[in-house]
This record gives sequence, structure tokens and C-alpha cells, in this order.
Amino acid sequence: MRLDLFVSHYNYWVVIFLMMVGFYILISRGNLIKKVVGLNVFQTAVFMLYISMGKITGGTPPILVDPKGGGEAAAEVMYSNPLPHVLILTAIVVGIATTSVGLALAVRIKEAYGTLEEDEISRIEAEREAAE
Amino acid sequence: MSTHLPVLQVVVPLLAAPVCALIRNARAAAVIAVLASWATLAIALSLLGDVMSAGVISYALGDWVPPIGIEYRVDIVNAWVLVIVSTIASAVAPYMITSVEDEVERRRIPLFYAAYLLCLCGLLGITVTGDVFNVFVFLEISSLSAYALIAMGTRRRALTAAFRYLVMGSVGATFIVIGIGLLYVMTGSLNMADLAVLLPEVWDSRTVKVAYGFLGVGFCLKLALFPLHLWLPNAYAFAPSAVTAFMASTATKVAVYMLLRFFLTIFGAPFSFGVMALDRVLLPLALVAIVSMSLVAIFQVDVKRLLAYSSVAQIGYMVLGLSFASVTGLTATLLHLFNHALMKGALFMAMGCVVYRIGSVHIDAMAGLGKRMPWTMAAFVLGGLSLVGVPLTVGFVSKWFLILGALERGWWPVAVIVLLASVLALVYVWRVVEAAYFRPYEGDEGVGVEAPWRLLVPTWALVGANLYFGINAVRTAQVAERAAEVLMTGVGP
Amino acid sequence: MLGLSLAVPVVGAGLILLLRRNPNAREAASLVTAGALFAIVLRVYAAVSEGGRPSLVLAEPIPGLPLALEAEPLGVLFALIASFLWIVTTMYSIGYMRGHHEKNQTRFYLFFAFAIASVMGVAFAGNLFTLFVFYEVLSLTTFPLVTHAGTEKAKRAGRVYLGILFTTSIALQLLAIVWTYAITGTLDFQDGGILNGEAAGAVVPILLGLYVFGIGKAAVMPFHRWLPAAMVAPTPVSALLHAVAVVKAGVFAVLKVTVYVFGIDFLGAEGASVWLMWVAAATIILGSLVAFTKDNLKARLAYSTVSQLSYVVLGAMLANSWGVIGSGMHIAMHAFGKITLFFCAGAIMVAAHKSEVSQLGGLGRRMPVTFAAFFIGTLSIVGLPPTGGSWSKWFLGVGSLEAGQVGLVAVLMVSSLLSLAYLMEIPLKGFFGKADGQAGGHGGHADHGSADAHDDHGHAPAILRWSMAAIVTTSVACVILFVYPEPFYRLMSMVAGP
Repeated sequence: MRLDLFVSHYNYWVVIFLMMVGFYILISRGNLIKKVVGLNVFQTAVFMLYISMGKITGGTPPILVDPKGGGEAAAEVMYSNPLPHVLILTAIVVGIATTSVGLALAVRIKEAYGTLEEDEISRIEAEREAAE
Repeated sequence: MSTHLPVLQVVVPLLAAPVCALIRNARAAAVIAVLASWATLAIALSLLGDVMSAGVISYALGDWVPPIGIEYRVDIVNAWVLVIVSTIASAVAPYMITSVEDEVERRRIPLFYAAYLLCLCGLLGITVTGDVFNVFVFLEISSLSAYALIAMGTRRRALTAAFRYLVMGSVGATFIVIGIGLLYVMTGSLNMADLAVLLPEVWDSRTVKVAYGFLGVGFCLKLALFPLHLWLPNAYAFAPSAVTAFMASTATKVAVYMLLRFFLTIFGAPFSFGVMALDRVLLPLALVAIVSMSLVAIFQVDVKRLLAYSSVAQIGYMVLGLSFASVTGLTATLLHLFNHALMKGALFMAMGCVVYRIGSVHIDAMAGLGKRMPWTMAAFVLGGLSLVGVPLTVGFVSKWFLILGALERGWWPVAVIVLLASVLALVYVWRVVEAAYFRPYEGDEGVGVEAPWRLLVPTWALVGANLYFGINAVRTAQVAERAAEVLMTGVGP
Repeated sequence: MLGLSLAVPVVGAGLILLLRRNPNAREAASLVTAGALFAIVLRVYAAVSEGGRPSLVLAEPIPGLPLALEAEPLGVLFALIASFLWIVTTMYSIGYMRGHHEKNQTRFYLFFAFAIASVMGVAFAGNLFTLFVFYEVLSLTTFPLVTHAGTEKAKRAGRVYLGILFTTSIALQLLAIVWTYAITGTLDFQDGGILNGEAAGAVVPILLGLYVFGIGKAAVMPFHRWLPAAMVAPTPVSALLHAVAVVKAGVFAVLKVTVYVFGIDFLGAEGASVWLMWVAAATIILGSLVAFTKDNLKARLAYSTVSQLSYVVLGAMLANSWGVIGSGMHIAMHAFGKITLFFCAGAIMVAAHKSEVSQLGGLGRRMPVTFAAFFIGTLSIVGLPPTGGSWSKWFLGVGSLEAGQVGLVAVLMVSSLLSLAYLMEIPLKGFFGKADGQAGGHGGHADHGSADAHDDHGHAPAILRWSMAAIVTTSVACVILFVYPEPFYRLMSMVAGP
């Protein structure tokens, strides 16, 4: 029963794993680019969550089956839920935007400080403050 | 025309933004931004008027009937928040013209206004929409433009501050999406009113509780509730002055609104307070935020940072009002949304005047400004007194309801802590006042004269509002109280 | 009329600002404003003594909590004293500020007028909320006066001043006010009290304590430190504000809360005020003892004020009609006595440049009028006939006996003796002491001072004539009040008829 629950919800386990990986990168890495990558993995996990919950076992892609051609069967056609997929299209766009803003900031930071390592930056700032 | 007001609220700034970006002329962009901001205020006020007299307005976007289509739903709560956001925008936008010319590279100015208008659009959108996924979309619109705005600060630390905000903000937003997704799994709906009807049937489900947790953490990140406030002080300290004034008075307020809307309207007060014990979770966090952040503020030497920490403490007051789980407490929260926006807006704008003339907001740079910039510093003193909660200012009004709420629950130690924290606020405000009035001016004779009227007029408009709504708070208190009742009783008619 | 009592000083402040280029016109504006204000208060007095209760609603900041004014006898008493002494103090300031070559005189007169406007607001407050508002405004408007000198010392004094007054009022008084509102749902002052019958048990003494300590301006120990600190202000400020208007606003508020929020019958029945009687008694004795140790004249007077203020608090805490009458009378009598003493201290400082008691030897022979006035003021503070101070002490004594507190009568006696000792030292030294005792260190300064004095035939310089007129007025008033305390007694018996 336990194992059954585990296997039948495998999509959740994938999502949770991806999420934790992304979160771990985000927290543990000092490199700003790696942080952006981590953020991406983290967000992708959520996309997976949405996409997988739209899927219905045995469902077809949600494209209207021609009622004339299909006859009786058409009424019984099971469609996957299109809404989460549509939603996640938006979320993907948002994710791209976030990534690009993050990378743009990283470029500017590299220009301003000459490094992308967080601890380097804080060292530079600390030195500057001490100099003041 | 008037039937389309809810959507116009969002569309006006949304369309003005690309125009600003394309026009490539700083002055023209500024004029567009100001006009768009004023238009949103006019729309918000007329919406509030309609809601007060005629009840809830429901607008079906593209004529798709809710709950299938996206609904814009305006009740007294979000009409109130719309007025807050657009009021601040209307005051800050004219101020930006002069302040931004000074602080932002000239070729970036049209883009700055585009980002500002997008941010405004996002904040208004979060507030006006009745669809939970739409909330996320607008949240990201406002956040992304906010990161860009903050990164335009003059010092390079603005970049790292913006990056940090981006990381924490995106995590927060992603948490919110997870929560929304789980709600959808349980109910199959994204419409707020619909969700409010469907959710009580599945209260017991663990998924709903998990969704609640994800949403809670996400919102608390966005509203910078202690201890999830780490992004805020640097972001506010290093952003351009006008951006700080705008963000400090609107972004966290809208986040508080999201919290109230999700937890009280969608989940409902009985679930939040009865099942999830939201009040018992928030009360200690709010108290710690109020006390510890006020203490931290006392030791800041950068006045913008000082005010930023004070903001985190003030957010504590808003959350504290919620944790009383009563109409009086919520009235205090909703009043403080407005009142804190007025006072922090005025304070940050006064600091913007100082930046414009002196180029620094270090506390040592304030020396002697009481004589050299009398109007600017007088604005700071009045805003500061409002922050402390001196009678006849708006700060007192919110504090009054907050203490009343605490005593209603019989929590007099909470009342004492709130009052003692006001004394802490007096200390950090007074450090600046003493520097300005008791220390001799040390800079060059040439600089450090009074700020131009183009900066002073918007600043004093907010200071005036601080005093006006402090002396005559009947209207604001009534609106806030009715809004609090709507929140406590769930979906209105 | 009540609106005018607030508007006149504010308009006066505007005039002062307009006329800042012409000091004579500016001072004339101050005097005219003060005179007009007194005339208005007299008309209010006439209306109230016929049993009227003029009232006015200014605004309604919070629903159900209007900013309202209402004239009742106790407030009229306070307003009469403050507005009359404002005229006298303005006269005095003209001499003092010019004689002392103070800077920023316009700012001084400006904030003085604002302070008086807020005092009027306190006096005529129609509810606890209004009282609190004007109480805080008074703290703010007097802050620039206290820190007038702008020096490091003034800044520190200003910190103590605002720190204590704001901390107590926000942390304790505001809590008490909201608590009262939570219990009763109203903050209006009512005869017989609003808490009567609404609260009982341990809440009452705690609430009363919050009020008494929260009204920091009443300077009940341990929240008295701001008063000596405020003495860095120019002497007219110390005289009017820190011997009369501000501190009296404090004790007045205590008295008003006792009478109209708790009600004296209710307090008497609950016995809730007994512990505070002894706090007040301790302040009376300790304040006198500290005054002894102070050589600086203004500091000694400040601690004397701390001690005397607690007489008023004590009278209120006795919670019987004689106590309340004595309390109200003492607000008046101490005002006239103490302002005389401060005027004299200021005159000595300007004319002879002396600020320490030990330097005063023989000075009385050169400044006989000043020291004679000081003598009369002393008598009034101690409570000896033929001065008004004897009446208030008498009623307070009767009140203590009626409350069955014989110990308190002893406290009153001991403190009278103490104040006699530390105050009488000054005129005695002035008239009979040896000139230029040990003031060797200040030789240059003292010589200069006596040279000034000699120019004027052993009297104060010419510009001080305005000040001398003020000194004579208040000291004569002390004596007149012995013969004719009638108006104040009448007002007080309207508040708490025996």
C-alpha cells in the first residue's frame, strides 16, 4: 500500500526532487550565474507539477474530436485538462523574463565589480567601507 | 465607459509603458507617466465611490463568464488598496521628473518610466483581479519591473541588492504558484469567489493545508515579514530615491493585500484562524519584527536604510492587526496600509530632496540641514512624528485602532509592546532630527540649499495628507472598518 | 469664544513672524495678543461662573472621538492663570531677552505663542483625547524653547525632556486612555466620572497609576528628571512654562482625570488612590531634600517645583472635596509664587551675572526690590500668611485629615519647613550676607556685573524696567491672593462643592 502510494504519485517525487535540487543550488552556490541556474531548476519543478496534474490517464490531447466522424465515441473521448498547460505557458514566459533580468543584472555586476562570486563582492564592499 | 473601469485601471498604465519606451524622449515620457498615474487615481477613486454606493463590481474580461473566464472583482477592500497605490503613484510621479533626471542616466530615463508604469500596472492588477493565477502574472510583472527599477540606483550596490531581491522574490512567487496549483488540483477553479465556495468542502485535505503553507511563505517573502525581510533593506537603500518612495509605500502594501485576500476571502476567516491558527503564528513574528527591526533601525547610519528597517517594523504592525483576528484589528491593518504609505512616502521623498542637493543620506550629511533646507527637514520631522504616532498625524490613528484591538482581546502586554516600540521609533527619528538641527553645516557653502519646488510640492502634498487624514480620519476609518467587516465575513454579496 | 482662545495665540504667532524685522513691533504684537487672550478667558470665566458650559467641536479625527473643547470651572481656573501670567511673562521677556542678548528672539516668541495656544487647548479640553492631543502638542512646541541655546548641553537636555515626556505619555498615558475607552466606550469628561460603576477591583488603582505616571508633566518621581533638565532654557521659559504652564498642564491633567474620569467619590470608595498618595508624599519630601543640595539657583527652584507639584497630585489623590479644592488652589497659588521666584532668578542673572546661590551674598542690598519680591514669593511657596500659598496648604491639610491620613499632614509640615529653609536662605544671604563672598573665580564676570548694576544706582539696568514691573506685579499678586482668593475658591467649589 505504502509503495503503491509512492509509485502512483511518482510525478510528485520528481517534482520535489527537482525543487530541492534547485533550491540547494540557489542557497549553496556563491556564483551568481549558478544561482540563476538553480532558480531555473526550481521553477521548472513547478512547471512539471502543473503539467503532470493536467494529464488524465488515458486522455487524449485536448483537440476537439470531430463529432461527425467519431459518432457515439466522440462523447466518450477523454481529454487531458488543457488549462494547466496554458497556465504554465504563461509561467514559462515569466520564467524566461526572470532569467533574462537575472542574467542582465549579472552582466552589470560583472562590469561593476569584475567578479560574479558573492563572497568576492562582499569582500570588495567591506574593503571600500573600511576605506571610507 | 464606466462599466470598463476595472480593466482600464490596469490597461492605462500597461499601454502607457510601451509608449514611454518607444518615445525615447525623457520629458515626454515623464509627462505620460504623470498623466497615466493621475488617470489611475481618478479611476480608483471612482471605483471606490461605486463600490461604496453600489456594492461589489464584477467585470468579465473579454466577456468570458466567470468562473471560466478571468474576472476582475472590485469590492471595498481592493478598491481601498487601489486608491492607496494610485494615490502614492500620483504623488511620486511628478516628483520623479526632477529626481530621476538627477539620479538616472539620461538615455535610460524613458525606459525607467516604462518600468515604473509596468510596476504600477502590476500592483494595480494584483489588486483588481479576481483570478488567482492572474495574481501571479501581475505579481511577476510588478516584481520584474521593480528589479529593473532598483538596479537603476546610482551606486553599484544597487545591482547586488536588485539581484538578491530577484532571487528571493522569484522564490516567493514560485511558492505562490505552487500554492495556487495545489488549490486548482483540489477544486478545479482559479476564480477567487468560486474558490471561496468550493474550498470549505475540502478543508480537511492535507493538500489544502500544504497549499496554505506555500502561499503563506510566499506572501511573507513578498511583504518582507521578519525573518523573510532580508532583501528589503538593501533594495530600498540603494534604489533611486523616487523608486524607494514608490516601492516602500506600495509594493509591501499590495503584498499585505494579497495575504488578506487569500487567507480571509478565499480560505475564509474560520479556516485561517480556526483550523490553521494563523493568528498564533503571526502574532509572535509581528511582535519580534516590530521590536527587533526598530532596534536595528536605531543603529543605522544611512538614513534610507534606517527608514527601510523601520518599514519592516511597520509591516509588523500591519500583520499584528491581522493576528488579532477581529474587525478592529483588521481595521487597524487596513488603515495602516494607507497611513504608512503616506508617512513613508513623505519620509523617503524628503530624503530624495536631500540626495538631490547633498548627494548623500548618511546621517552625518544631515548636519545643519535644518537651517539650510528648512522645508525638506520640516517635512521629515512631520513625517517622522507621524511614524512615531503623535496625535493629529495619521500614525496616531492606526496606532489607536491597533491598541484598541489588542485591549479588546485582553492582550495588554501586546499593547505595551506596541507603545514602547513607538518610543523606539522616536529615538531613530530623533537621531536624524538632532543631526539636522543641532549640528553645524559642514559642506560647501554652494551646495545644500533648499530643494527645488518641483520636489517639495509632491513631498508636502504627502505631508499634508499625513496631517489631514490625522485630523479628519472619519472617512478613512469608515472605509477601513467596512473593508475589515467584508474580510471577516467572507465573500460579500 | 473657546475657538478664539486657541486662535488668538496662533494669529499672534503669525503677527510675530510677520513683524520679525522690527523687534519693537514684534514685542508689541506679543503683548497685545496676550492681553486679548486674557480678555477672552475673562469672558469665558464670566460665562462659566454663571453656570454655563460653553463647548465647541473642532474636528473628529477618529469616529466617536471628537477633538472638542468645553469650558468647565477647573479648566477656566487654569486658563485664567496661564493667560494672565502670559502677559506678565511677555513684559518680563522683553527686558530679559534683550538684556541677555539672546539670539533667535523671533523663534522664541513664536513658539511661546504656540505653547500658550496648546495650553489653552489643554485647559479647555472637552475629553481625554483632546487633552492628550494638546498635551503632546505642548511637549513639541516647548522643545525648541528648551533647546533655545542650541548648545550641546541644550541638546542633551532636549533629549531628556522629550524622551521622558514622550515615553511616559505614549507608553503609559496613551495605554491608560485606550484602556479607559475599551472599558467605557467614551472619553468625555463627565461630572462624577465615566469609570464609576464600569470598572472595579485591581484595574482601578493600576489605571490610576498609569495616568499619574503617564502624565509625565506632573513630574511625579521617578519621572521628574525632565524638569531640572529643562532649566537650560531662557529664564522666561522656565518661569512661565516650567513653573506654570507645562507643569501645571500636567497636574491639571491629573486633577481633571481624577475628578472627571474616575470621580472622587468612586476613587474614595475604591481606595484606589492610597498608594499614589504616598508616592506623591515621597516626591514632596525627596524633591525638597534634593533642592537643598543644589547650589544653582534655577536647579534649586526646579526641584522645589517638583516637590510642590506633588502637593497638587496629593490633593487629587486624597479623593475628597477639600483635597481637590486645595489641589486646584495650589495650582494657582504656586503659579504666582514660583513665577516670582523665577523672575527674580532671571533678573539676578541678567543684572549681576550670578547663577549660584553661594554667590548671592550681599546682593540684596544692591537689588532690594528683586530680593524683596523673592522673599514674598518664598512666603507663598512655604505657605505663610500674608500670601496666597497659605490657603492652598490649609485646604490640603484639611483634606488629609478628612481622608484620615494624619501621616500626610506631617509630610506637609515637614516639607513646608524644608522649603522654608532652602528658599529663605536666598533672601537672607542677599540682605545680610557678605558681598563677594567666595566668588573669586568669577571675579572678572562679577565685577562686570556689579559695574552694570552700579551704573543704575545699585539697581538693574534700564532695559530691565519691563522685567521689574513683571516681578512687582506677580509678588503683589501673591499678597492680594491672600486677601482675595475668592475667584479661585469659587471655581474650585463648583468643581467639588463640599
